[in-house]
Amino acid sequence: MDFEFTPEQVAIRDTIRELVQDRVAPRAAEIDQSGEYPKDIEKLFADNGLLGIPFPEEYGGISGSSVTICMGIEEIAKACASSSLILAVQALGSYPILVAGSEEQKKRLCPPLASGEKVAAYALSEPGSGSDAAAMKTTAKKYGDEYVLNGTKQFITHGSIAGTLVVFAQTEPDGSKGISAFVLERETSPWTVAKVEHKLGIRGSPTAQVVLEDVKVPAANRLGVEGAGFKLALAVLDRSRPGIGAQALGIAEGAFDYALKYVKERQQFGQPIATFQGIQFMLADIATQIEAARHLVFRAATKVDTKAPDLTKVAAMAKLFASDMAMRVTTDCVQLLGGYGYITDYPVERMMRDAKITQIYEGTNQIQRVVIARALLR
Amino acid sequence: MDLELTPQHASFRAEVRELAQGVVQPLAAEVDREHRFPDEAVSAAAAEGLMGVLIPREYGGAGLDALAFAICIEELAQACAATAVIVDVHTSVGTEPILLFGDGDQKRSWLPRLASGELLGAFALTEPSSGSDAAALKMTARRNGGGYVLNGTKVFITNIGRAGLYVVFARSGPDERAAGVTAFLVPAGADGVRVGQVFDKMGLNGSPTGELVLEDVFVPEANRLGREGQGFTVAMRALDSGRIGISGQALGIAQAAVDEARELMREHGHDQGDDFAIADMATRVESARLLAYRAAWLCAQGRPFTREASMSKLHCTDTAMQVALDALQIAGEEGAVKGSPFERHVRDAKALQIYEGSNQVQRVVIARELLKR
Repeated sequence: MDFEFTPEQVAIRDTIRELVQDRVAPRAAEIDQSGEYPKDIEKLFADNGLLGIPFPEEYGGISGSSVTICMGIEEIAKACASSSLILAVQALGSYPILVAGSEEQKKRLCPPLASGEKVAAYALSEPGSGSDAAAMKTTAKKYGDEYVLNGTKQFITHGSIAGTLVVFAQTEPDGSKGISAFVLERETSPWTVAKVEHKLGIRGSPTAQVVLEDVKVPAANRLGVEGAGFKLALAVLDRSRPGIGAQALGIAEGAFDYALKYVKERQQFGQPIATFQGIQFMLADIATQIEAARHLVFRAATKVDTKAPDLTKVAAMAKLFASDMAMRVTTDCVQLLGGYGYITDYPVERMMRDAKITQIYEGTNQIQRVVIARALLR
Repeated sequence: MDLELTPQHASFRAEVRELAQGVVQPLAAEVDREHRFPDEAVSAAAAEGLMGVLIPREYGGAGLDALAFAICIEELAQACAATAVIVDVHTSVGTEPILLFGDGDQKRSWLPRLASGELLGAFALTEPSSGSDAAALKMTARRNGGGYVLNGTKVFITNIGRAGLYVVFARSGPDERAAGVTAFLVPAGADGVRVGQVFDKMGLNGSPTGELVLEDVFVPEANRLGREGQGFTVAMRALDSGRIGISGQALGIAQAAVDEARELMREHGHDQGDDFAIADMATRVESARLLAYRAAWLCAQGRPFTREASMSKLHCTDTAMQVALDALQIAGEEGAVKGSPFERHVRDAKALQIYEGSNQVQRVVIARELLKR
């Protein structure tokens, strides 16, 4: 066993930490309040090579390791959950290509994503198909050497700003077995953004409804064989769930770091409130829960990297535990700050709002429990 | 980063599991029902070398690390929590103080016999009026000729009456608090050592717990462990390791509860409510296991692990309690019948939230470490 990051990972982490502290943290409140996508942060990450983390070197990246991805997401999420999605969704949108793409597709599609020239997104959910992903209605009909896509995709993180969109659609009206995956490039296969949602949290990360009306996609951009899309969608979620766990972990740590400093300084009854045992017990429980979640997240990440057979279960456990933990911990951190915790002058209410989505997206925590129970009872 | 067991640790686990499931588990219900010491299980563990997991080979032990120790206790507890705590207390707080603070003579005279299982170890810190506040202990150690004379009563001593050697903490100096405490090695057969009341408990019935009474017990200077006044440090360091063992014990109980609930669900069918419960239980156990292994890994590397050991003990034992209750709920009435493993796990798990530092004390330790930063 070895619980440490490699020296290369530590070097990447230190770089991210510095960037986050200097450039991201000071912008976090503003990003949340304006609800605008922080293009400057995207550029900062691209310029510093961070968007290359999800990709191996042969495709223009610097790592490709899930452990490194999770480490990066965690560091960014400590200050700004919206900004952490710039890395997390670059990974999510690229996994289908890295997992199912041919060598030609990887060589062609990955480098512009790794350099940050393009943003990636992943379009699976639809208005009528959320947890029941196989019930999707978007169609892809083949004409010669291209497909024509029609349908509506819902809750697509970065759908409005992406240059590369991986879309799942029915090539045969055959439930999960008729689903195929396609890579849409905005210049050649433009999609329409029908709506950008107003949300409780992660307000700096645009969530879009994407409409596909007779969008033409070259057959060369189909990932894998026809009908292999649903399996691919699930395989991708197995790989991306540890990243959501890492995001939740980072949010919780950010809130706890702030609350811990606060309780040491805040004076009531003539002493810092950290001297009260009721407060100390909350601190101990929060720190313990964060530690427990951390190891589940990184264990799942190592299982992505080693392609372990029990990845599905472990990834679901990491996502479930870390996101439930983050919701509890951020709620407790608001409590530790009292009235100050509830106002927007302090960051913890934002972190509590940001934490909520981690229990919902990339498979609700109810779906995670279904996945875990299925693995246990097989 | 590699969060999987090495092949060596994995094969050690397999060895312990074979013994635990083959010899220890079949006795678990009986030792609980009859409130009897699991002699066969402890002898089998000794024959397998499990009484000396942490003791170096030169003293007849297996020379393994803290992670192997956690795994050993986890596997034993999955079979029988009472057997696990007997071996755990012997190995960690009963033996480790000699490993860490003993001089050459003490190691040579005691460790081989502890490693072989000829002697069972025990740890006598708690007193009737000093539990969580261990530094308030009252047992006296008065200098006398070439040694000390000990007087006082210890309480809640695991392995009482069965132990051949007790690590005893007594007040040797005028200091009222921690600085006046010294550790001693007291053989069970020394004049004036007697077993007081042996308690009837809610769970862990196979593991005897009771009072150790010392009346004018002469302890030669050679049996003082560490320096005068170093006793509290000895106790705290021993408890740090002890918490890794208790974490292992909690994991074993929790895993047994999950596995047994899972078997019932497979046999009798299950709906989504139970599915969600078992998913949460298994997830929590996984998170607890990683906390325990991390604390053990830090300890094995010789790095500080006080905070991690307390977090591990807190989370593992709270998890064991919750998971045991949830498993009983899944089992329903059948699980509540006396003699069912489900109700036994609930009774056994409760002790773990209390002993080797109550979970309230763990929170105090963790908060103190957090606020140091």
